[in-house]
Amino acid sequence: MSITSAQVAARDRSWPIRWSDAGPFIALAVILVLGALVNPSFLSETNVLNVVTRSAFVAIIAIGATFVISSGGLDLSVGSMMAFVTGIMIMIMNALAPSLGSGAILVGGAAALVVGALCGAANGLIVTVGRIEPFIVTLGTMGIFRALITFMTDGGSLPIDRGLRDAYRPVYFGSVLGVPIPILISLVVILLGAFLLYRTKYGRRCAAVGANPEVARFSGVPVARVQTLAYVIQGLCVAVAAICYVPRLGAATPTTGQLWELQVITAVVIGGTALRGGKGRIWGTVAGALILEAIANLMVLSDLVSEYLVAAVQGVIIIVAMLVHRFTK
Amino acid sequence: MTVPRPMPSLDKPREAPPTLRAEDLGKTYGPITVLSGVTLDIRAGEVHAIIGENGAGKSTLMKLLSGHVRPSAGRLVMDGQPVAFEDAVAAETAGIALVHQEILLAADLTVAENLFLGREITRGLTVDDRAMNRRAAEVLASIGAAARPGDLVRDLPLAQRQLVQIARALLDPRKLVILDEPTAVLANAEVEALMDIVRRLREAGVAVLYISHRLEEVEALADRITVLRDGQMIGTYPAASLTQRAMAELMVGRELAMLYPPKRPAPTGAPLLEVTGLSVGHGAQAGSFEVRPGEVLGIGGMIGSGRTELFEGLMGLRPARADRVVLNGRPIGRRSVAAWRDAGLVYLTEDRKGRGLLLEQRLAPNLTLLALDQVHRSFVLDRSGEAAALDVAVRDYDIRVRTVHLDAGQLSGGNQQKLLLAKVMMSYPSVVIIDEPTRGIDIGNKSQIYDFIDRLVRAGKACIVISSELPELVGLSDRVLVMRGGRLVAEFTGEEITDANVVYAAAGGRNDT
Repeated sequence: MSITSAQVAARDRSWPIRWSDAGPFIALAVILVLGALVNPSFLSETNVLNVVTRSAFVAIIAIGATFVISSGGLDLSVGSMMAFVTGIMIMIMNALAPSLGSGAILVGGAAALVVGALCGAANGLIVTVGRIEPFIVTLGTMGIFRALITFMTDGGSLPIDRGLRDAYRPVYFGSVLGVPIPILISLVVILLGAFLLYRTKYGRRCAAVGANPEVARFSGVPVARVQTLAYVIQGLCVAVAAICYVPRLGAATPTTGQLWELQVITAVVIGGTALRGGKGRIWGTVAGALILEAIANLMVLSDLVSEYLVAAVQGVIIIVAMLVHRFTK
Repeated sequence: MTVPRPMPSLDKPREAPPTLRAEDLGKTYGPITVLSGVTLDIRAGEVHAIIGENGAGKSTLMKLLSGHVRPSAGRLVMDGQPVAFEDAVAAETAGIALVHQEILLAADLTVAENLFLGREITRGLTVDDRAMNRRAAEVLASIGAAARPGDLVRDLPLAQRQLVQIARALLDPRKLVILDEPTAVLANAEVEALMDIVRRLREAGVAVLYISHRLEEVEALADRITVLRDGQMIGTYPAASLTQRAMAELMVGRELAMLYPPKRPAPTGAPLLEVTGLSVGHGAQAGSFEVRPGEVLGIGGMIGSGRTELFEGLMGLRPARADRVVLNGRPIGRRSVAAWRDAGLVYLTEDRKGRGLLLEQRLAPNLTLLALDQVHRSFVLDRSGEAAALDVAVRDYDIRVRTVHLDAGQLSGGNQQKLLLAKVMMSYPSVVIIDEPTRGIDIGNKSQIYDFIDRLVRAGKACIVISSELPELVGLSDRVLVMRGGRLVAEFTGEEITDANVVYAAAGGRNDT
């Protein structure tokens, strides 16, 4: 008895969707409905655009984290790295502003991408070549990046040159056809991420390495290279987030990006990516980032819970999400 | 609900009731019936074998009898009293122990700690290591295990770990011991030792339920044999009344063609693969061999003789040196799985679950992982091409699935092995190395894999088969190399390939040709 391809194809279509994959989107829909009930202005166009724009940073960084986590790694350093990249970028732009004018922004942005990629490569190489737990490596670099930004700002603020502000402002505050530019940038990052993870050889290998590095090795996959590249992608995403972030506050401070690693990892995990690796969900991550920002926004709008407790609520969300995961399996 | 403890009867009845009796036992999951109408009894002091193909319901029956799963129909009667086990612990308390097929031990704990895990002997608030070590040593000695109570499980060879698992089951006095494929990971000498343990249990009056794919073991050990097929009970037979062939035919429900394909004419072409002076760390020294088109080269030897190490070294999967390696007439410089794949040689690991397949991923990504370039066009994965490749693989390798939308881990062992074969064949290799081609899979799938190997070499390719199963090695190979202590010590061709010759060479006899 053998099964013909026609039979197989017929069965393809009747296969139901996986509810576990739909989970984050259902959760997002529920939050939107609840939010509208609590405060009708929650779903107003201004507020929605505001929420989505604010979530763009976490979403962009979380796309990178989706690669790192699905390849079996973890990067706790993203928040500090963001601050560090922001600091370097502002210093370079300020130094070049007198000679290049607003062209300094382009050079600064390019430098940010290079520095981000290098920071990611450092994380990745220490993990793969040094064979050290990613948790420990990135805990260490988290401290290093945070100390460096504190040092660079001398404990205070490192503002961007006044002459560059007006030219740089639109990157955060501008919009094209009514869509804010950070949203457009994050869309590009998301689409690139989805393409890379789902449609390329690299994405396939990334998931294989995360699922079982031994199987990957026995299948001719260059495991260390794949893992290192995931951290580099993470670094690039951090740099893109930094580029969008600078015009928002116009300065780097020792608290820039603080606790973002919590939001980023929460977004990835509630999005359905397996923390132990092997399964990456780009669109789930996006839903996760939106859920976090929507809840924070609701807390501000509703006055039910103090907005100082936002991080506490996010901490609760990641734990609840893991518990749901555990008990629905 | 508690388990009724059987009342100790003071006067011995003329005929003792069976230790455990299953009456019309069945199990359904939703609309799917996986087992029905099983009535059998297991008596004290007998070895009762259960045989059947993968998917015949053996595992389900084991789980029902050991309290891991509750039956949907029928009942269990223990020593004449109806029982219903709430869970596996209740069954254990009643005296039923199940030794799992997979090794379920904590690698970083000692043997004694593993034996007493969850039931530590305590003295006041602290665990009594001395008492546990003493008791562990007794149990280990009673089954002839070489492991010592203080050894770390991580440091033990696979066979010793299996014995530790058995020791764990025997720590408390048992009425019924269920052994699920206990020899799947053992080499021949170890199988003998295990069979001795089973015989000793029988002599001690324990009822033993023995599940195995190796029919020769069943023939050697069993007093009675129950055959399952497609979730149905076919019957219980006195072991003396069944030959191995009869058992196999009852299992598959049809007459078997010859299990092993006929041998092929002696190969004449130039070698496809030539290896000179391959040494792999401490595992294997200076191995030189070649394989020709149209040839099945068998690699025999005990477990631990360095066979897997030698070939993993050849593949570049562990540090190794070689004087000269030539494939298809071209010298190979850097050895890696990817380089070998591109040159036309693949290695199929013995560790299907740990190193072969991504158990939690779908069939398609598993199939194409080694040869992603085959389903890859200008930086983009060709997913419809991949789906088509999977359909072809499912058909060509007869992978039996209800849908292709499954995780690899949901396949039976035989289907996993076929998927793994399809995976390595995706890169069109000219030499295929298969480590333990049929470990833990049933006889129907076995014969399909043998046929596949035969067709492969008849098409002018070459195949190297590493096997711990003597009949397989002898039945399949055109030439056999035997390894001992990390060295290739003997070579047999044609009529010289016999069980006796291979065993003698593997065990250290001097009949080098």
